[in-house]
Amino acid sequence: MTTNHNQLTIHEAHRLLKAKELSSVELTNAYLERIRRVEPEVHSMVTITDELALKQARKADELIAAGSNISPLTGIPALIKDNICTKGIRTTCSSKMLENFVPPYDATVIEKLNACGIVVVGKANMDEFAMGSSTENSALFTTHNPWDLSRVPGGSSGGSAAAVAIGEAVYALGSDTGGSIRQPAGFCSVTGMKPTYGRVSRYGLVAFASSLDQIGPLTQNAADCALVLNAIAGYDNRDSTSAPHPTPDYTECLATDLKGLRIGVPREYFVEGMQAEVATAIRTAINELGELGAGVDWEVSLPHTPHALAVYYIIAPSEASANLARYDGVKYGFSYKDAENMWDAMQKTRQYGFGAEVKRRIMLGTYALSAGYYDAYYLKAQKVRTIIRREFDQAFEKFDALITPTSPTVPFKIGEKVDDPLQMYLSDVCTLPINIAGLPAISIPAGFADGLPVGMQIIGKPFSEETLLKIAHAYQQATAWHKMRPNL
Amino acid sequence: MKLSREEVLHIALLARVGLTDTEVDRLSEQLSNILENFEILKQVDTTDIPPTAQSITLQNVTKNDEAKDSLPPNEILANAPRKDGEFFRVRAVLE
Repeated sequence: MTTNHNQLTIHEAHRLLKAKELSSVELTNAYLERIRRVEPEVHSMVTITDELALKQARKADELIAAGSNISPLTGIPALIKDNICTKGIRTTCSSKMLENFVPPYDATVIEKLNACGIVVVGKANMDEFAMGSSTENSALFTTHNPWDLSRVPGGSSGGSAAAVAIGEAVYALGSDTGGSIRQPAGFCSVTGMKPTYGRVSRYGLVAFASSLDQIGPLTQNAADCALVLNAIAGYDNRDSTSAPHPTPDYTECLATDLKGLRIGVPREYFVEGMQAEVATAIRTAINELGELGAGVDWEVSLPHTPHALAVYYIIAPSEASANLARYDGVKYGFSYKDAENMWDAMQKTRQYGFGAEVKRRIMLGTYALSAGYYDAYYLKAQKVRTIIRREFDQAFEKFDALITPTSPTVPFKIGEKVDDPLQMYLSDVCTLPINIAGLPAISIPAGFADGLPVGMQIIGKPFSEETLLKIAHAYQQATAWHKMRPNL
Repeated sequence: MKLSREEVLHIALLARVGLTDTEVDRLSEQLSNILENFEILKQVDTTDIPPTAQSITLQNVTKNDEAKDSLPPNEILANAPRKDGEFFRVRAVLE
């Protein structure tokens, strides 16, 4: 076994498994060995499930030996973000509140992946309750960017992105409420998709902001993303916002030329204060799409983009303050023992169970929903949300996709923004409008600035994941950024 | 928009989040800064614009009323901080 197996895509691993050139146990052992070697430096995993992984790998090998018709994901090691419920496996949300919480059931996406016979190597670190852009809000530890260990991997799905970049798993699941899959994918130079709101079931995803949350894949390329999306997308009657739209085979849209495709570049996303090298890298990547046949209009305007940050930071904390009301120390999770009475127990449970950012957002949301401020903040934000959606609707009458940077900067230094919440919030300025409008978007590696990854975001109309995968795949056939891996 | 200590404490009470004195001071400053940033929304004319609560256009999602097995109580109670037989044990609500 060589460490080369840690560079395998799902497609390549599947081919080797099917041809019996490699067993799932061998593959899984290679990943577990890799985890043991790099984890002390990267810290991307909250829980390593090596026993379970090997058990699942043996089962996959039996299926393959029996000549069963296996899924493209069978026997392939994956990492799951730690806010997705896994039956019998601790699911912490990287919070003290859920440090010892073991879900009695699986999320729908886990049921679906288990039905494919996947191998789970562990649970990924994240910002506490998915609130953050760097994993520095994890109550357990901070994940380090494998491209530069002194920098953040992005967040909140930072553990998922770092692990895929460094080969601790072939792919990972993350969740995205305002950029939490795409921004870390950009920061770690992997492919990360937030599907259309409703495309993937949220059943079993620990709720942060219910009208914005969506589960999605982090993979090494667009073709792998299509395979994972095939496995997890689809209607689920346990999620009342699940979309009844039929699910296509997402691998069928993968193309190499983009003739006839109309691409718009909204100028508001090249924001003031953006790193010049990032803007240059994205412009170069867009020119490449033009060379692949796409028509590019550089003069698109979405004038209300600058308002999206405020809309998001009113709506997301408001929903969070309601969703996180369930953590009262009674049914599960951390519970303060030495309280004087019920109210004292509840307050102290939440005082010591939640970290600073979670408390800040609960406070912000409670304020925005409180008597006298509801109309000025929450209702106003919901109305501007309508305007932002309409602007996207209008743009998609003329364009098949919009292209922007995923983040205004390359990965920042650990510690750089922890004391300034507003600066931290600004790192999601290019991604959060997409959640506000419920659109699908994908971030793909688009080069490097100062030796650090730059992500390109491709945004589509609702349920146009195929268009995004087509563009991403065509770009990845013409470029090699997505194949570059950090040295560790 | 400056948020006073008293206002911070009032919100903390509504949210049932205990805070130390240092946290109250810090939140008073940080939340004030964030709220100031929200002022940008006042520039937007939202006359006759309906609010968006979520982006999917489904309405009145219903399910068939089918009896299904629930999770066994012992599995649910496995995570309970305090339990008593098949029940969650809670502190007295009225004292």
